Amino acid sequence: MSSRDILVEVRNVSKTYGREPRRFIALEGINLIIRRGDFVGVLGPSGSGKSTLLRIIAGLTPPSSGEVLYRGEPLVGVNPHATIVFQSFALFPWLTVLQNVEVGLRARGVPEAERRPRALELIDLVGLDGFESAYPRELSGGMRQKVGFARAMAVEPELLCLDEPFSALDVLSAEALRGELMELWLSHRIPIQAILMVTHNIEEAVQMADRIVVMDAGPGRIIGEVPVRLTHPRHRKAPAFQATVDRLYALVTGETPAPALVLGTEPGQPGPTLPLPRADLNAVAGLTEEVVEAGGREDLYRLADALNYELDDLLPVVDAAEILSFVRTERGDIVITPLGETFAEASILARKEIVAARALRLPTIRWIYERLQADEDHRLPYAYFLERLRADLGEYADEQLDTAINWGRYAEILAFDDATDELYLEEAVPVQPMAPGR
Amino acid sequence: MTLKGYVGSSEQRARWGLGDVLILVAVGALIYGALRLALGAPPEVRGPSIVLAPQALPYYAVLSVGRMAAAYLLSLVFALAYGYAAARYRTAERGLIPLLDVLQSVPILSFLPVALLSLSAILPEGLAVELSSIFLIFTSMAWNLAFSAYQSFSTVPGDFQEASEVFRLHPWLRFRLVDLPFAMRALVWNSMLSWAGGWFFLMAAETFSVGQRDFRLPGLGSYLQAAAQAGDNRAVAWGLVALIVTVVALDQILWRPALAWAERFRIELVESEDAMRSWLYEAISRAWVVEWALTHFWRPLGEAFDAALGRLRPLPAAGRAHGARRRLGWAIAVALLAGLGVAAVSAAGFLAQVPLAEWQIIALAAGATAARVAIALAVAVLWTVPAGVALGTNPRVSRIAQPAAQVVASVPATALFPVFVVALITVAGGLNVAAVLLMLLGTQWYVLFNVMAGASSIPRDLYYTSATLGLGPRLQWSTLILPALYPYLITGVITASGGAWNASIVAEYVQVGGKTYRVLGIGALIADATARGDFALLFAATLVLIIVVVAINRLLWRQLYVRASERFRFD
Repeated sequence: MSSRDILVEVRNVSKTYGREPRRFIALEGINLIIRRGDFVGVLGPSGSGKSTLLRIIAGLTPPSSGEVLYRGEPLVGVNPHATIVFQSFALFPWLTVLQNVEVGLRARGVPEAERRPRALELIDLVGLDGFESAYPRELSGGMRQKVGFARAMAVEPELLCLDEPFSALDVLSAEALRGELMELWLSHRIPIQAILMVTHNIEEAVQMADRIVVMDAGPGRIIGEVPVRLTHPRHRKAPAFQATVDRLYALVTGETPAPALVLGTEPGQPGPTLPLPRADLNAVAGLTEEVVEAGGREDLYRLADALNYELDDLLPVVDAAEILSFVRTERGDIVITPLGETFAEASILARKEIVAARALRLPTIRWIYERLQADEDHRLPYAYFLERLRADLGEYADEQLDTAINWGRYAEILAFDDATDELYLEEAVPVQPMAPGR
Repeated sequence: MTLKGYVGSSEQRARWGLGDVLILVAVGALIYGALRLALGAPPEVRGPSIVLAPQALPYYAVLSVGRMAAAYLLSLVFALAYGYAAARYRTAERGLIPLLDVLQSVPILSFLPVALLSLSAILPEGLAVELSSIFLIFTSMAWNLAFSAYQSFSTVPGDFQEASEVFRLHPWLRFRLVDLPFAMRALVWNSMLSWAGGWFFLMAAETFSVGQRDFRLPGLGSYLQAAAQAGDNRAVAWGLVALIVTVVALDQILWRPALAWAERFRIELVESEDAMRSWLYEAISRAWVVEWALTHFWRPLGEAFDAALGRLRPLPAAGRAHGARRRLGWAIAVALLAGLGVAAVSAAGFLAQVPLAEWQIIALAAGATAARVAIALAVAVLWTVPAGVALGTNPRVSRIAQPAAQVVASVPATALFPVFVVALITVAGGLNVAAVLLMLLGTQWYVLFNVMAGASSIPRDLYYTSATLGLGPRLQWSTLILPALYPYLITGVITASGGAWNASIVAEYVQVGGKTYRVLGIGALIADATARGDFALLFAATLVLIIVVVAINRLLWRQLYVRASERFRFD
């Protein structure tokens, strides 16, 4: 392969938002090459910056440092040779299917007589013949995304960027559309030279891509790359397919590191403040019960499937269970701990006690608790904590504080007064008897 | 629904039918009517005096609607430009939005005397009065339109923006295909509100006169006033009928179809149940004549226009022109600040001419008007809360009562005011009662409709729950209905309060049969200063009125509203 085949080269790209001390690093040190003929999948949990990377390659967002070369030239502004298919379709609801597909041509000043047959041909190609004058709201999700594909292909791009294009669709439509796209791509009936697809669905990536780049969060970075050398069509049940999926699962979920590393340090102390996963403790309880029922060990992918969760939504719950020491993760499997088993089988009150004991070991919650204890009235305003958390966590502080309050309330170690926006310790308030008949 | 239902091109969908007949008949009638009006206008219609013959009413209606339309078009253009500038340019946003916020809460009618006097100084009086009436209506229509345009333009969903960048839409095409359609529903809705509110000020502007100077304009408002002063009850009735017919007809043939048309700009991708419908729109939109005109004139014209504008301003290369734009922005900001500084200094000099005793009178007058506003609001809340809850929670009653209430509410209070004044002027404290009545009539509907909306938003389940818990009526009101109504009530009262202050200008100072009647109040003070040509006092009083109203909005209503929307809501 010569350098002439290189379409996109991402060189040491980073993306940060905001300024010190509240700087947030979305991407760090990204290097990536896309060649002609490549179908590259980008896989990672939410917050790993995979969509940001896609937008940087499409030229919608400039990188904070580093550069993107397109056919050897530095990319400035929107990449005229790339288009995007959006997760939300981003169809203009007030335009018909035909008008939506024509939009890119219209912007390029192609006269109606020329662009109409081209648009009709593409509508035909994606199988929407007969729906030209329908409005997007009259179509099903799968059909809408077909319009999205036709619109993107109408401008004859070299690079097609797919931003989780199937994740807003129901399972059957997604499967059908994936098959149709692969057929077009593999038969070279469309002039597209390379495809970049962002997804959080591991099977989808293995089914379609030739190369899968795995990203991780905090800061967003590439942690590995897995080539997929299976021939098309790929069958999910094939052992080689499953082996690739398992390998990717292990990469995405990682192993459980040492506890000190997991917990991080208190706000204001040196060292990273590890954020609490934004998860509901009732969901954590449900998860432990499910794992116990499955015999104490379960494949994460199967669990997500059984619980009807997207992996993106399940991971925070697993993280929460992990830092409470209810489970550990091993090679894409989730394993219950003795404490987790006790928790799963405990009564509601006993559960609160278990969480209380564990939660007070978490730096953020312990820090809030100690501050409240040190206060004379055991009562401090919400803003007090928010301000201090902001120094460490920036824009995530609100979310963190809300999660901490949520967990603290569940464990009944702290309480929150909505009327005065204050946090206080449970025992500090005299219990008010219920007044009958009031 | 089968798939067949929406297959097929739009040309096939359009058929010759009722819609076509309707359009042709309407076009014919319009031409005939216009000819009749143009050829047969009695000469007195143009004169300064008002003719009370019912035959003159169509002319007056056309004149009134013409003023409204001129002001509306002006408002629309202003709103789109203002909203676009504020939404697209950060620097502009920082100045434009706070300014709009103040303008919105300024009592518009207090502008009228100033506008009238300054315009008639440089223009012939007839033209000046026309222009200032249009300006007055403009100021009542423009702010909420501009706000809604700004809000829509700045909340275009991120993926629409990204899509328009990826597909390289040039600024005009982006405005036409993305921004404007996205804003359309809010714009049409606010246009309707603006138009409804505009009637109030049109009537006030048409009947305005101070001292020896007669600033009246021929129109429906002045017809009603002349009829009331002449004691001609038949003419009053005719005038009211003409007014109601005009308002209702415009609603049916303009705003309802516009709202139904705007439904296509919904961004939710689900078919909605409560979509706005209009018989007229449904007839017209399927008409062959319309489809033919669209394909042969409107769309080719649009294409040509797009192409021309696309050539005029090709895609900007990224990363350029930023510095130049920023410098231009700074230059504009500095020039504006300098202008403001000069104006502020000369205004301060002007205010220094007002003696201390007059400032005391201004304060007293502002207090008196505030008391009237408070009484009007209290009465409005007292009757509309029970009535609104009864209407809002009982679908059967509301189906009958709501259209009726809408028709009654559509009559601008300023049109009825002359009638009240004539009836009450001889009673002791009559003008005081009439002033409060005008405030009440002009503003109670805002409260009523908001309360109705609030009452109908209370989930049925909560009613059932309170019923199964055995809550008595008192408990049900205190634990369920009042908390649920609170944010709606506050919204209604805020609008009503603004309207009531406005009304004070025309309510506190009236002339009947050559005699001037006045009560203590800031509105009377402003009108009086206008009549006497006391510019310093006029300026001081207008300024005080504006400051009082803005302060009340900021310190009272805004706080209550924030509290209400945080605490009492269902989600």
